[in-house]
Amino acid sequence: MTPDFLLEMYRRILRIRYFDEAAVELVRQGELPGVAHTTIGQEAEVVGACMAVRVDDYMVGNHRSHGHPIGKGADMKRLMAELLGKVTGVNRGKGGSMHLADFSVGSVGETSIVGSGVPVAAGAALAARMLGTDRVCLCFFGDGATNEGAFHEGLNLAAIWKLPVIYLCENNQYAVTTPAAEVVAVRNIADRARAYDIPGVVVDGQDPVAVYEVVSEAVQRARQGLGPSLIEAKTYRYLEHAEGLPIAAQYRTAEEVAAWKARDPVVTFRQRLIQEGVATPEALDQVVAAVRAEVAEAVAYARSSPYPDPEEAFTGVYSTPVGGVR
Amino acid sequence: MREITYLQAIYEAQREEMQRDARVFIMGEDLESSVYGTTRGFTEEFGRERVRNTPLSENGFVGAAAGAAMVGLRPIVDINIASFMYVAMDQLVSIVAKATYMYGGQARVPLVIRAAMFYNGANAAQHSDRPYPMFMNMPGLKIIAPSSPYDIKGLLKTAIRDDDPVLCFEDATLWFTKEAVPEEEYLIPLGQAAVKREGRDVTVVAVAGAVRQALDAAQVLAQEGISVEVVDPRSLVPLDVATILASVEKTGRLVVVDPAHQTCSAASEIAALVAERGFWSLSAPIVRVATPDVHVPFSPPLERQLYPTSERIVAAVRQTLRESAASA
Ligand SMILES: Cc1ncc(C[n+]2csc(CCOP(=O)(O)OP(=O)(O)O)c2C)c(N)n1
Ligand SMILES: [Mg+2]
Repeated sequence: MTPDFLLEMYRRILRIRYFDEAAVELVRQGELPGVAHTTIGQEAEVVGACMAVRVDDYMVGNHRSHGHPIGKGADMKRLMAELLGKVTGVNRGKGGSMHLADFSVGSVGETSIVGSGVPVAAGAALAARMLGTDRVCLCFFGDGATNEGAFHEGLNLAAIWKLPVIYLCENNQYAVTTPAAEVVAVRNIADRARAYDIPGVVVDGQDPVAVYEVVSEAVQRARQGLGPSLIEAKTYRYLEHAEGLPIAAQYRTAEEVAAWKARDPVVTFRQRLIQEGVATPEALDQVVAAVRAEVAEAVAYARSSPYPDPEEAFTGVYSTPVGGVR
Repeated sequence: MREITYLQAIYEAQREEMQRDARVFIMGEDLESSVYGTTRGFTEEFGRERVRNTPLSENGFVGAAAGAAMVGLRPIVDINIASFMYVAMDQLVSIVAKATYMYGGQARVPLVIRAAMFYNGANAAQHSDRPYPMFMNMPGLKIIAPSSPYDIKGLLKTAIRDDDPVLCFEDATLWFTKEAVPEEEYLIPLGQAAVKREGRDVTVVAVAGAVRQALDAAQVLAQEGISVEVVDPRSLVPLDVATILASVEKTGRLVVVDPAHQTCSAASEIAALVAERGFWSLSAPIVRVATPDVHVPFSPPLERQLYPTSERIVAAVRQTLRESAASA
């Protein structure tokens, strides 16, 4: 891994962190409609995985995937504009926080019905192969999603058809307030791979390099026609399930939260870059400042963008329009 | 001209489109062995990659078809019996119907889902659904319900070429009906109703298998000097409201016949549209002839009576004539 590559990892981790911190602020100020499920705390696994694929590889995400197009290199301005419901948003203001898609970086859509992206990813991977490309599909979902039927049907399809798809479970330990340990029958979610006779790997989701390495191996297998893999990244979300959603329940201890935060990838990865002589603290500070400026620019762009014309609601239900939408 | 069955027409439409466009492929359960003959010989001709036998995972393979469609392929999904669509409801509704809109036009979903409506054959409540009205209530899906071999061939070919998801509801009561179908290629546009019989006195709009009953009823009534116009919408989304309204303007009376359950049926929607837009042409209340809101029972004498029959249509037509005479 070249210093430039590691620096780019750092840059993308920061982008996601600051982007989502800005999103939280916008929710609190009432500028972001609805709620926002943040990736804060999970940036390392997102970036490690996204940087193991090419920009023309496909990606499918879920309700908690603001960071994923960013990890794949998307322009933050149009993502932020989407979060604010503006016409300049990636989905023209029709998708919002839980349904970002940015086809320009291979992000073919995030879906907020838990588990529903798993079969879609299998299909994108099938098409990649049938169209004669060596593209793969990277599919993100949570621990909770692995209890959905769609997850199991999708994994089985991918396995029997040896599809080039990498299933990345972001095990942030909870589905809203339900601990994975209580509702998943196996010890590790990666163990579920055994039912489909595919590789199942557990990785430290707070270490972007470790995630990059295991995903790279899975990508290589996929491109060689050896089929899908299931990777479980152990990670943690720092904030509540969704910003803007009042969750009163006490379901995790302060000690647990503190223990995970002590391994914050924003901090630990920076230390590592310095220790390994990849960059000086000054150089990293410059990255911090540059990313802060990028995020500020994205927020300004989103704020100054117009809302869609009300007529926009009545367009785009079909690619080939039919009469009488109204 | 040669005559072919409804099933043969499906076979020809699929085969021609797969020959024409390498992006078209078909997936479903037991396709390779082609249980009903609509994919006979396909594996030999197109290979197993494009004739894809699936496991029993309707939600999974509908979702996979959606994903494949979103990035450039044109899948046909044979979901077998329409009742099995419920198992795939998550993908049909949350992905297939919504992706184009929700992703702001970045995604196209050129996907055809073929679903056979297997009613009036003693298959009881769980295998006899005619569920197209549920899907009419979901924007983003196009819906065809062809009533003859000629129509299904032309409509299915168009559906496969369409850039949006199209649900093709195939009326299994029509599977073995025969009709003259040209050897030469033809297409039927979506959203174009067919006037299957011209008439002056009453318009009967009939959906799918009910078209035959409507034509039979028209025949009976003609002997009494009552002239019935039979309109087949052929596609329910988009719906050719103009042709229906023009017919009602001419006749002043409307009977809508629909094999689906009555509440929120296609017939209900058509009746509502005519009430809203064609009210002043009406000289009698609109009558719906649909399946009552009970589940489909197993025993044939229980089942048979539920669906629209030519007798019920004849009675409905007479009712509209009586009521307009009474008010005149
Ligand atoms: C099918 C479905 N059921 C329930 C919900 C409500 N819901 C939204 S997110 C969520 C938790 C998902 O947990 P997980 O998959 O672990 O993802 P995380 O939010 O932890 O990243 C739930 C229950 C939903 N969106 N879809
Ligand atoms: Mg979770």
